[in-house]
Amino acid sequence: MKSTLRVALSKPVADEVRKTTCYMCACRCGINVHIKDGKIRYIEGNRDHPVNKGVLCAKGSAGIMQHYAPARLRAPLLRTGPRGSGEFKEISWDEALTLAADWLGRVRESDPKKLAFFTGRDQSQSLTGFWAQQYGTPNYAAHGGFCSVNMAAAGIMTIGGAFWEFGAPDWDRTRLFVMFGVAEDHDSNPLKMGIAKVKKNGARFISVNPVRTGYSAVADNWIGIRPGTDGLLILAVVHELLKARKIDVDYLVRYSNAPWLVIDAPGTAEHGLFARDADGKPLIFETVTERPVAEGTRGARPALSGRFQLDDGRFAVPSFQLLAEKYLDPQYAPEAVSGETGIAPEIIRGLAAEIARVAFEETISIDQPWTDMHGERHESYIGRPVSFHAMRGLSAHSNGFQTARALHMLQVLIGAVDCPGAFRFEPPYPKPVEAHPTPHGRAEHFGSNKPLSGPHLGFPRGPEDMLIDAEGRPNRIDKAFSWDAPFAVHGAMHMVIANAHAGDPYPVDVLFLYMANMAWNSSMNTAGVIRMLEDKDPATGDYKIPKIIYSDAYASETVAYADLVLPDTTYLERHDCISLLDRPISEPDAVQDAIRWPVIEPDRDVRGFQTVLLDLAARLKLNGFVDQRGKALYKDYADYIVRHERRPGIGPLAGFRGVNGDRTGRGAANPDQLKRYIENGSFFSAHIPMEAQFFKHANKAYQDFAVKMGFFDQPKPVTFQLYQESLQKFRLSAEGVREPKAPETHRQRILDTFSPLPDWYRPFEEAAVDREKFPYHAITQRPAAMYHSWGSMNAWLRQIHTRNPLYVPGPICDEMGLADGDWIWVISHHGRIKVEIARSDAVNRDTIWTWNAIGKRKGAWALDQDAPEARKGFLMNHLIHELLPPKGDGLRWSNSDPVTGQAAWYDLRVRIEKAEPAEISEPHFATVAEPGRTHVEVEQLRYGQEWAK
Amino acid sequence: MTLLPALPTPKKLGLVIDLDVCVGCHACVVNCKEWNTGGYGSALSDQAPYGADVSGAWLNRVHTFEVVPEGGEIVGEAGEARIVHFPKSCLHCEDAPCVTVCPTGASYKRAEDGIVLVDEDMCIGCGLCAWACPYGAREMDLAAGVMKKCTLCIDRIYNETMEEADRQPACVRTCPANARHFGDFSDPQSAVSIMTMERGGMDLMPEQGTRPVNKYLPPRPRKSLAAGAPLMPLAENTDGAKGFFAWLDGVLERI
Amino acid sequence: MHPAPSIIVFTTLSGLGYGLAAILGLGLLDPSLTLTKVAHVLALLMIAIGLLSSTLHLGNPQRAWRALSQWRSSWLSREGVMAILTFLPLLWSAWASVIESRYLVLPGLLGTVLAGVTVYCTAMIYASLKSVQAWHTPLTPLCYLLFAAAGGSLLGAFFAMAGRNSGLFLLLLALLFTIAAWVVKIAWRRNMDGLVPLSTPETATGLGNIGRVRLFERPHMTENYLTREMGFRIARKHAVKLRRLALLLGGLLPAALVFMLLVTTVAGAGGGLAAILAMTLAVISHIIGMLAERWLFFAEARHAVMNYYGG
Repeated sequence: MKSTLRVALSKPVADEVRKTTCYMCACRCGINVHIKDGKIRYIEGNRDHPVNKGVLCAKGSAGIMQHYAPARLRAPLLRTGPRGSGEFKEISWDEALTLAADWLGRVRESDPKKLAFFTGRDQSQSLTGFWAQQYGTPNYAAHGGFCSVNMAAAGIMTIGGAFWEFGAPDWDRTRLFVMFGVAEDHDSNPLKMGIAKVKKNGARFISVNPVRTGYSAVADNWIGIRPGTDGLLILAVVHELLKARKIDVDYLVRYSNAPWLVIDAPGTAEHGLFARDADGKPLIFETVTERPVAEGTRGARPALSGRFQLDDGRFAVPSFQLLAEKYLDPQYAPEAVSGETGIAPEIIRGLAAEIARVAFEETISIDQPWTDMHGERHESYIGRPVSFHAMRGLSAHSNGFQTARALHMLQVLIGAVDCPGAFRFEPPYPKPVEAHPTPHGRAEHFGSNKPLSGPHLGFPRGPEDMLIDAEGRPNRIDKAFSWDAPFAVHGAMHMVIANAHAGDPYPVDVLFLYMANMAWNSSMNTAGVIRMLEDKDPATGDYKIPKIIYSDAYASETVAYADLVLPDTTYLERHDCISLLDRPISEPDAVQDAIRWPVIEPDRDVRGFQTVLLDLAARLKLNGFVDQRGKALYKDYADYIVRHERRPGIGPLAGFRGVNGDRTGRGAANPDQLKRYIENGSFFSAHIPMEAQFFKHANKAYQDFAVKMGFFDQPKPVTFQLYQESLQKFRLSAEGVREPKAPETHRQRILDTFSPLPDWYRPFEEAAVDREKFPYHAITQRPAAMYHSWGSMNAWLRQIHTRNPLYVPGPICDEMGLADGDWIWVISHHGRIKVEIARSDAVNRDTIWTWNAIGKRKGAWALDQDAPEARKGFLMNHLIHELLPPKGDGLRWSNSDPVTGQAAWYDLRVRIEKAEPAEISEPHFATVAEPGRTHVEVEQLRYGQEWAK
Repeated sequence: MTLLPALPTPKKLGLVIDLDVCVGCHACVVNCKEWNTGGYGSALSDQAPYGADVSGAWLNRVHTFEVVPEGGEIVGEAGEARIVHFPKSCLHCEDAPCVTVCPTGASYKRAEDGIVLVDEDMCIGCGLCAWACPYGAREMDLAAGVMKKCTLCIDRIYNETMEEADRQPACVRTCPANARHFGDFSDPQSAVSIMTMERGGMDLMPEQGTRPVNKYLPPRPRKSLAAGAPLMPLAENTDGAKGFFAWLDGVLERI
Repeated sequence: MHPAPSIIVFTTLSGLGYGLAAILGLGLLDPSLTLTKVAHVLALLMIAIGLLSSTLHLGNPQRAWRALSQWRSSWLSREGVMAILTFLPLLWSAWASVIESRYLVLPGLLGTVLAGVTVYCTAMIYASLKSVQAWHTPLTPLCYLLFAAAGGSLLGAFFAMAGRNSGLFLLLLALLFTIAAWVVKIAWRRNMDGLVPLSTPETATGLGNIGRVRLFERPHMTENYLTREMGFRIARKHAVKLRRLALLLGGLLPAALVFMLLVTTVAGAGGGLAAILAMTLAVISHIIGMLAERWLFFAEARHAVMNYYGG
């Protein structure tokens, strides 16, 4: 028998291919969804898509099981049992929306701040933020506060952009790639593709991470750093580079504030601020004419060191002098930081030497003339091919802001920002702080039945922009932009429930959440948060947080705590837009955005959350969502995406604008826009001209391009802010020499942590607890095959991570006589968990770790009650408190970065004790009922069997 | 026929797996599952998909190993251990023991390209082929009672309804780290042959005598960071900040 | 390897069945005796039940007939073919005994030879697997053959004695085969215990040159077909206990009883109910011992694939 005859070789895959955008994580890859007989036959990466170029990760490939998961919610739900029971009745959409509009309308009328509206990982912040602004509550943010705001804030404040969505390494040209603490589930396909390129090109890849999984496993060099000390490592590298004179002086002079003069007048309100001319322009010292002139003065040759007298008689020094003096101090020598970081001096030196060698000896040049913002023409792009990338491992610490600043400073010092081979900005970034709004939310910004007077989130230029009342008390429920966290530019979602429960600064009436599992893995102190959600006011018998509206597509743990559940669609059933106004997907070479559209029609009574939000806006008659007669402006989210204009000609999507669809960036709304996107694979890409591709922060052609595209209305070049004046303003407030003065309670903390030059201090929890008593760090890693808690309802992905052991370093195992399968207690200052362990050798010696968000609550996610996720899986969250241990000042400080309010997930310190063997990890919680339907036992899945011949 | 082809097959199709870049993301694992559950033969079923003992039939799995040198090469910069992610599917052996043990003729190695396949209509589900395979490449589908294995996506690689670029195994097409390559090992000029030669591509368990077609590229040798420390030039003038500023002024002069 | 009951029952019962059939084929029992006829039927029954039991673990037993096709390469196929071929002389012999009370030399001897060949094929299914190193030795078929012979001759002796024959020769055979089988089996165990693993995690991954290789995470958290089928682990102390039990019940006790019976028979004091009871005990003990031995045969064998699963 000829074997070919035994196999059908050319079976068509499916009836139709529909191209959309993945949402199995936040990468936003292009996918081809093959549809056969009305069902999904296969999902693959879209070859033409700029983000993933055809590849697709495990999560994306498991989309079928996500889409058909039994955990999907099926209809709007109204709570019938007590909170947490999971007992609901199904109601109609009209009932649900009427009820929600009633709750929201009353609050809007009486006291709009009593709505706290916080969204999780939704990728539609441009709409949700606009909605909240039109509604008029000051209490809106997305999840950035507990995610990576340190990274974003430090990046934007320092160089006008940050990693991931704001920039990327120049994968094709880089010769050295250094990565700090990156989750394997974030930006994962581009990173994997990039790392593969780096290795293929024979470039070096160094990973700094306490745990050597995922990307770190393939690194040429792994630096298993002690958590929370990355900043010290970076500053030691800076020390070495300065000592060896391996810095790019020309680059510093051209693109950074190194020459800007800093006033040296201790005890005055202007000490440490930049000396400015009458127009407010910072001054530099011109060495030829030997006098201070405004920065940017043509032909000026600035000094980088020295002490100069200003016209007003005061003295000033170039900020670079302060920088060099600070980091040349022996306290940053490799030997001095070795103990704290756990890294041998010669390794730090080797790292610095490698950075120096590649930056200055492997310099690359691209022969492309370009013109800078001063009109100076350059014959080529000079590249220092050292690139960096960092994420939460670096930023989820209470010193993460300063650490991220230190990393950006290092990039600037070697001249490796937006040049060939280095980290490159992705449009619409770079964007200087001046191009961002200041935050809004003070009492004068809002009122009954009126919109907030400006965007909620922005960048304060100094203490005067904070959202506090006359007594210095926070205006926002999450205390963002208060003395607690002045630069909380993403809000502080992790504090909302605790603050609302405590009525501090005030109680709320409605908590409105979208796609954030706050009653489980997205909260610190999960058990405490659950208690807060269940807690009633003894006086009224009402819940302390009286009304909770929640939208989610799946029966997550948080659903059980909602009073009203608005069921969302799956990602294949909805419209979405990945907008330049929001979290962009551009590449360094191209401006890009994308859409999702319903490639499969919902088979349940569910609606896309954004469409629901528009419906509510119309019911509440919010400005911008209804016309003068109060009629809804937008039929649904798709209609909004096409017709909404934020500024004239600027809408959610940049592609195919104008009546003929031939305009890019700016242009009239095009009714066929979505059709054109779908025809184009659901994305749009516009190439940046070669003369505009590098040095975007100072490249005239790029700045003109940005204006043409509508990012800005006039050029917004960026001068890298190594010395951060706004931080110094807070120090002056803390010294009591500048208005507004910081409260006594906050002064020392600000002085300790708001250094205008990047700094390192010991993470708060580690500094607060007895290091002997809690000798180890405990952190989580993100597995590549799971995205947060979403994956356990996925029949394929959950087989990969059905439960999570606690990984204990080999030396600790040997010392304590622990072996795989043993059980231990892990104890923090706040709580204890009992878990099963496994040995791990490729890890920092003092760090125990586990995979993130695998543990599930019994009854949630439509899993059987004896599912390993609920029996042996566990959360580290139980050990982490949203507040730091009391330090005797009568105050409880948030377990967050003092600058940005970023949740300090990775500051956790623990000890371990051997425990009796067990079958169930502790703590475990009462079972939640499955919301809204009876449980259907699925004994076996044979997906696709109908297509077997 | 469960006799192996008498002559070397004219084509030797197989995979190269690059252990130097595999980050263990399981993309190949899941994409393989979703392609093949609706493709060749019966579905790849999952038992207790939402229950305690969830398990299923998969044709490709990624194992994770920790490698600790014993007085050997020191790798890493804060410790010696390293993690190696290890994807594994059928190796399409030239001396495939799984084929010859099959009592029914369901298992066979294609004479034209060497792909080892199971004709599910003939498979009685005895499991002996899985026993014979030292690599764990074959898994019984418990719903259909037949043996499942990697087909090298035979319904893709020759599929004329697909674009040329897509005619490669699903795992290769989806791999984000470019750690998987598909090609013809009988052609010494093919990319996979060249890669194997240049990088020292290796057989798994050569002692089993199976002569696997698939090759694994070992992790590249790594150079210690510390070894580069002495390359850092000494400062021209080590006199602290003062010396530094003197140097700086010199540099500024030259700009 | 997973000690599947169906396979244990199969190898044990078919071994005994073929053993008994082989003894019957030698014509050592009076074909006209009812008990001999019972023995014929019992042999066939044990073989049939054994074979049926072996189909229990098939995913698609309705296609089992296909297993006869690949005798050129597959020991399993050969076993199937031989089992069916062997039925012909065995049925012929059984017919001759049961219906005609006759012993026929040609089908008898042919049956004996083919029974041996079939048992050999069964053993070779396992012995041919290089992936299971403990099995991959010529001692494996020798064990199977000798155990079949021991079981067959024990049963033969039982029927002889129950039929009031002296059964001296059969007792002698039983003693010799039991001793021989266990001598070889102990050699087999020694071989297994002394094995230097052919394949290791280092050779399985090719990473031996960079260090000692240890499984960190399985591909999937829960058990899968491979780990259920090939990842069976038995604790050392249980194995030692079971090994002793198998030897005691499967070898020492039956051998001692047979030896006693031999002595008493030679001394002329043989026969009687006590002797039959002793012989019954020897047979039952042997069968239980054999079940334990077969259980261990699977349970103790390590499959090369476990190098990938940390087993």
